[in-house]
Parts: sequence; structure tokens; C-alpha cells
Amino acid sequence: MIPTLRIDDLSVSFPRQGAAIAAVQNVSLEIAPSECVGIIGESGSGKTQVFMAAMGLLSKNAAASGSICFEGGELMRADAAALNRVRGSKLTMIFQDPMTSLAPHLAIGTQLAEVLVCHSGLSWRDAWSSAGRMLGRVRVPDPERRLRQYPHELSGGMRQRVMIGMSLLCEPTLVIADEPTSALDVTVQAQLIELLRAMRHEFGMALALISHDLGVVAGLADRILVMYAGRIVESARAAEIFSHARHPYTAEMLKCVPTLSGPRLARLPTLAGQPPQAGEISEGCAFAPRCPRVAARCRSERPLLTAAGAASVACHFPLPA
Amino acid sequence: MFRYFLSRLTGAIPTLFIIVTATFFLMRAAPGGPFDQEQALPPEIMANLESAYGLDRPIWTQFGRYLGALAHGDFGPSFKYKDFTVTELIRQGFPVTLELGLIALSLALSIGIPAGIFAALHHNSAADYATMSLAVLGLAIPTFVVLPFLGLLFGIYLHWLPIAGWEPGSIRHLALPTVALALPPLAYIARLTRGSMLEVLRSEFIRTAFAKGLPLRTVILRHALRPALVPVASYLVPAVASIMTGSLVVESIAGLPGIGRYLVQGALNRDYTLVLGMVIIYSTLLIGMGLLVDLLYAWLDPRVRP
Amino acid sequence: MSGLNKAAARRLRSNPAAVFALYAMLALAALALLGPWLNPNSIEALDWLHVATRPGLQGAHWFGTDRLGRDLFMRTLAGARVSIGVGLVASVVSLVVGLSFGAIAGYRGGRIDHLMLRMIEILSGLPLIFFVIVLTVVFGRNEYLLFVSIGAVGWLTMARIVRGQTLSIRRREYIEAAVASGASASRIIVKHVIPNLIGPVIVYATLSVPQIILFESFLSFLGLGVQEPHASLGTLIAEGAGEMESAPWILLVPGGVLALLLLCLNLFGDGLRDALDVKES
Repeated sequence: MIPTLRIDDLSVSFPRQGAAIAAVQNVSLEIAPSECVGIIGESGSGKTQVFMAAMGLLSKNAAASGSICFEGGELMRADAAALNRVRGSKLTMIFQDPMTSLAPHLAIGTQLAEVLVCHSGLSWRDAWSSAGRMLGRVRVPDPERRLRQYPHELSGGMRQRVMIGMSLLCEPTLVIADEPTSALDVTVQAQLIELLRAMRHEFGMALALISHDLGVVAGLADRILVMYAGRIVESARAAEIFSHARHPYTAEMLKCVPTLSGPRLARLPTLAGQPPQAGEISEGCAFAPRCPRVAARCRSERPLLTAAGAASVACHFPLPA
Repeated sequence: MFRYFLSRLTGAIPTLFIIVTATFFLMRAAPGGPFDQEQALPPEIMANLESAYGLDRPIWTQFGRYLGALAHGDFGPSFKYKDFTVTELIRQGFPVTLELGLIALSLALSIGIPAGIFAALHHNSAADYATMSLAVLGLAIPTFVVLPFLGLLFGIYLHWLPIAGWEPGSIRHLALPTVALALPPLAYIARLTRGSMLEVLRSEFIRTAFAKGLPLRTVILRHALRPALVPVASYLVPAVASIMTGSLVVESIAGLPGIGRYLVQGALNRDYTLVLGMVIIYSTLLIGMGLLVDLLYAWLDPRVRP
Repeated sequence: MSGLNKAAARRLRSNPAAVFALYAMLALAALALLGPWLNPNSIEALDWLHVATRPGLQGAHWFGTDRLGRDLFMRTLAGARVSIGVGLVASVVSLVVGLSFGAIAGYRGGRIDHLMLRMIEILSGLPLIFFVIVLTVVFGRNEYLLFVSIGAVGWLTMARIVRGQTLSIRRREYIEAAVASGASASRIIVKHVIPNLIGPVIVYATLSVPQIILFESFLSFLGLGVQEPHASLGTLIAEGAGEMESAPWILLVPGGVLALLLLCLNLFGDGLRDALDVKES
């Protein structure tokens, strides 16, 4: 079976003061059809850049190497025309901030319909009515009126529904959602997570859910990838991660999530220290300076991502399963 | 929208009134009068002339009469061009000035905007530097230097175009004056467009547009251009002012029968009504342009729609 | 202090166009000042044997002569001297007026600011060039008045910029902290407001010099500015434009000098703006 997305040995770097600073290093991953993969990491861990590379949206000065195959087709060295046949139709993306991600001067209907006009060759009239039906499916009330409105006339939650609807217009096989709820109120967050779940059932697409928030990913993802300092450090089934995290970083991060069932803590634990600046650590494990289980070997030899039972972990001394 | 426009339109009337009043009294405060000549006229002739034009009345009466006539679209008689009313003078010259200005403005916009987009899309390349260097050149060199240079090159050395003169409907006679007039605003528009285009291209909704798989053309024309044109719209009123100012010298160099010469001539001759008429025409044009820009803002950015 | 510090000076030096413009400008200014000692011809002397001669280094008149046999090299340098002088003086006038007006409006804020801003808005909405023309005529063709009327046009932009900067500085938290800790208004202005203003003010003052020179030559070209026997570049260009077909150099020499002067001033101003990282508003 061909995976929907297959990334092989992807590295991304940006020039800064003459040197190339690595943002993503040797990342390989696969997303199967209809699978939901959560990608977890702090800001700066490179999680967004991996998928920006897949969408061909890296900034102009970025240097990328490796291979990115979408449904068997190589995207890495594809020209703009080839890339534009896939992105926006079969491979789509939802961005973090719905306030700034929609064009302020175009009606909602125009921004939706143009996707269908561009990819499905529909007439504007047909595309417009399809756009209205899509707004109904993403639970936007009164879609006909909304089509004629502009982004500033909609609430943040409504705008993110529009973004989700926009990503589903051409029945994509993979939707990338980059922090889709981080800019919104908590109650709206829950509604949008629910909507994403419903849409997965309805459309059957694969979903890459990028977040720094374990709570957002927990309910949706089948599998979770944890990234730290530009590398994948752990990959496991979602249930597995939450009960038996193998990498010390994952375990420490889970301790910081408040739970209703656990004991009431006077103070939420936090992860001590700062993640390394991109390019700061050249040898050994990037997490070593903050790791409670650190040993001499961790500072000299970089652990590789290796299978450990059902999961994979990049650690010399993983926690027991 | 229509009511908003109407309220702006009525708001323009006090501004125009202030301008007319200030000009009227400034002109009257000036020493000398319209009938001063090298050799002074006999007093009785002077008195006759002044009473014929109502200049012997109290100044407030004159002002009231002027406003009254103005309300009926009558700018009054010219003091110097004795066989003409100001309305007639303006009616003869204005079409020429308007044609000159409109062609220059369209040139500035239709070349300046694409040049700015081109430079922004080739940011930091040789093409970008070349375009912007040309823009500095266009901005720095005054119209009254450019036009004679162009005349020298295309008229006297190459014999392609007439350097001066005017024939109704002749584009060839307007070619050099309009190019000279258009250059400074063209250069400024190119710089403005480049700067705002670069800023818009960095915004998140442009990233969304690329993520939707739209071709570059569509991203630029449908998504980036309108927001990028907001600063250009703000510049339209100064652009019209700059073209008006330039037309004063361009018309005199190229010998075009527009109304440009009346402002300077009229002021030197103390031709009160002619200067007032000119100031009213130019101010109305500028204020009208300001209203047009307000409408343009509403189209460019729906957030400012009332 | 965000003024002309070392980093800005380095950025300016690494901008070849700005460096070239600076040297060209200095050379031109030195030539305009020292010109009378470089060339034996006087400004006013009429050389009837050489009327409207072509430029050439062999003859007595390097840049040729005009219709009356006056030396064009000398006249152009004298014109440049007048143009540069008017530009500098009027820039200082507009700088002083604009700076005080803008700083008071921005620092006082509230209703005073509102009123002063409305005044700027109304004035800049009017076709000021026409008022300057009317003014110049009303009070006669007086060269001193020329400075005043040009300064009157120039200060609006400066006032607007200074007001905006002052307002934004005043709203910053460290100023609020200084006010809360009891610092006096004059101390705040000297310690915080002025140092933050220096960058934009230098840039806009520099960029206003070519605009004012342009405006002066425009008025002189129309015959409303500098009067005979004095000559600015504008009057020389007006003279040359009339002789274009028979003696093009009478136009080309002062026109070229004015174009070069304005180009250099603009390039240098742009370079200064980039070096001091002042946003174009």
C-alpha cells in the first residue's frame, strides 16, 4: 500500500550570518491513508517546517534536502505547476491564525469558490453554490449570507470553520492542520476539535495535526510523533504514549499536563531549562542538558530513532515499556 | 455607502468656501490693482473702470456679489482679457489641461504600478535595483529640465516629435509634455507599490493563497494587488497636485493653450476674478479626487466600509 | 541613543550610491563656493566677442556663454550657490517650525494635539503651491519672502512626522515609568524624546532639501523666484529653454547641474534613511 505521505531524510536549514542553521534534521515519517498523526513539539522544534516543506511553502532562503512523496509523487523537486496540481486540492493545509490567514479584501465565497474554479474547473456560479454547501457541512449557520460577507465580519471560530471548509473542498487525501485551535478561546477549541473529528469520518482523509498542546492531539490522533530540536525523538500509538512514554522528554512533558483525576498539585510542574537554539548542539543528544536520566554517553553520541517494541524512540536509556 | 459619499460631498463645501474666501481677501490685500499700467490712467477713467467692475463698492459687498454669481456658475468677467469672461477663458483652456493631466496620470499609474510589482517580485535582484535606480532618477529630475531635454533629443536631434505647439486631437503634440509630466508621480508610484507589495507578500493570507495551489498570477492579481494598492490610493491626491503644478511649466514650455498660464499671469496682473476662478477649479479637482480616493479605499479594503 | 551611531555609519558607508552622492555633493558645493577663484571670468562680464559660444576647454569659456556673452560656468556655479543656499535656509526654517509644532502637539496630546493636527490636515489638503504663487505675487517678488513661503510649505510633513514620533514615544512604558517616578517634563523631553527623534528628523530634513531646491527652481523658472541680476539654476534653465534650438548648452549646463544636485541629495537621503532604519510613512 502506498502511504499518503512519505518523508525521507528531510533536512531544512536557514542561512544566518553566513552559516546554515538547521531547523529540521534527518526527519523521516509516513502517514497512511485515513490515518491521523499528531506531531507534538515546543515552538522551534521544527514541526511546522517539516510540513511547510511538504507544501512547498518554505521561505525563499531555506535550503531543503531529502525526499517528500505525496501519493507516490515526489514533491521535493517538483516545479510550481506540478506542486499546484496537488496542493489546495488533494493536499491541503489549515493555518494557526484564522484572523490573518484569510484575505481581508475578498468575500468568503470568493475565497472558497476560487479553489474549485482553479482545481476542478467549475464555473464561478457552480463553485459558489458548492462553497455554500461546504459551509453548511462545516456547521456554519446561514451559509448563503456568509458567502457574501468578508472575514472581518465573522468571529474567530467561524473563520476557522471557513478555513476547514476551504481545505475540504476538493476532497483531499491529506489535511495538514498547523495549531488549528491555538489562537482561539477554549470553548471554541473544543468545538473545532469535534468538527475535525466529524470531518474525518465524513471525508475519510488522513490528518496531520501539529500542536504544542498534548490535550488537542490526545482525542484525535491514532499515532503521535514527538519532535525536539529538529528531530523526531519518539513515535508511538497515541494510547501507548499517554500510558507508557519511552522518551524522557515525552515523559517530562506529560507531567506538565494537568489532569482532573490526579492529585491536586500546589503548583504545576514545568520543564526546566530552554530547548537548544537551532544549530546550537552539534553532538550528542539535544535533550541531554535538560534530561533527568542523562549519562556521559548522551553527551557524546547521538541516539538514533530505533524500534523499541511497538514504538520507536531516540534515546540511549529509554523508560521501560 | 451612498449616504456616506453624500456626507463627504457636503463636507467639502466649507473647505472650498474657506479657500475662496482666503484667496479673495489675500488678492485684495495686495498692493496695486488690475488697471495699473506703466503710465497711470487719468483718475476719471480709472474711476469709471472701477465702477464698471464694481470695484468702488465696499469690499464685503463685492465679496457677496461674487459669491452670488458663483452660486450660478458665473466666475465673473476677466479684468485683463477684457473681451472674455473667466468662464469663457476656462472653458477654452480647461479641456487641453484636463487631457494633458489625465493622460499623464494614467501613464503614471499604468506604468508605475506594474514596475513596482515587477521590482517586488524580483526583490534584491539586478532587475529590482535597475528599476529603483530609474525611479530615483525620475523622482529627482524636475519636469522643467526633463521636458526641454526630451524636446532636444526627440524633437531637435531625432525629428520624431514636435517640441512645442498644439493641434486639436493631436497625440503627437501631447507625447513629450505628458511623458515629462508623468515621470515624477510614475517614479513615486513605482516605489510605493514595490514597498507595499513586499510587505503584503510576507503576510499570512498570501501564504494561504499559495497553499491553495493558485498560480502565481492569481495570487498576485487577486490576493496581493488590492491590499498593496492602499498606499498608492493615498498618494493619488498629492499625485494630482503634482501633475497640476507640473502642468503650469509644461504648458508654458510646450506652448499648449491650457489654463496653466492664467494662474501666474492672472496673479501678476491682479486679475482677481481669473485667479479666483483658477483656484476654485484646481481646488475642486483636488477635493473631487479626495472623494474618489475615499470610494477607492472602500473597494480596496472592505474593513473601512462604513 | 538611536542617532547616528557606529552601526548606522557603517551601513551608510557600505551603500555605494549614498557614498558617491555624498562625494559628488561635496565636490559640487566646494566648486560653487570656490568657483570664483578657479576661473578668471566674472559672473556679470559681457564678452561681446564670444556671444553664445559652444562649450570647450580650449577657449576662455569652459561651459560656453549665453546670448549676452556671459560665462556659463560662472553663472551656473553662482546659480548653484543660490539654489543650495535657499535650500539650506528654507530647510532650517521648515525644520524649526515643523519640529516645534510637531513636538508640542505630540507631547501635549489631548485637545491641543487634536486642534493642531486638524490644522495640519486642512493646510495639507489645500493646493499650497497656488497659495505660494498668490503670496509671492501679493508681497512682491521678494527673495526673502521666497524662503518664508517655501518654508511654509515644507514644515507640514516634518510636523506630522515629529508629532507621530513624539506621540508614540510618549506612550511607551519606560516614559510612563519615568513620569510615575517624578521626572520633570523638560527632563523627559531632553533625555528620551529628543534622542528618539533625531534619526527621523535628520532623515526628513535631508530629504526635504532637494524638495525645497526643486520648489525654488520651479518658482524661479516661472519668474516668481530669484530675480535678475541674480540667477538660480531655475532662472538659468528658463533662459536656456528659450534658446534650446540654437544653443542647447545654455539649457544643458544648468539643467544637468540641477539634475545632478537633486539626484545626489535624494540618493544620500535615501541612504541615510536606510542606514538609520527610519520607516517611510
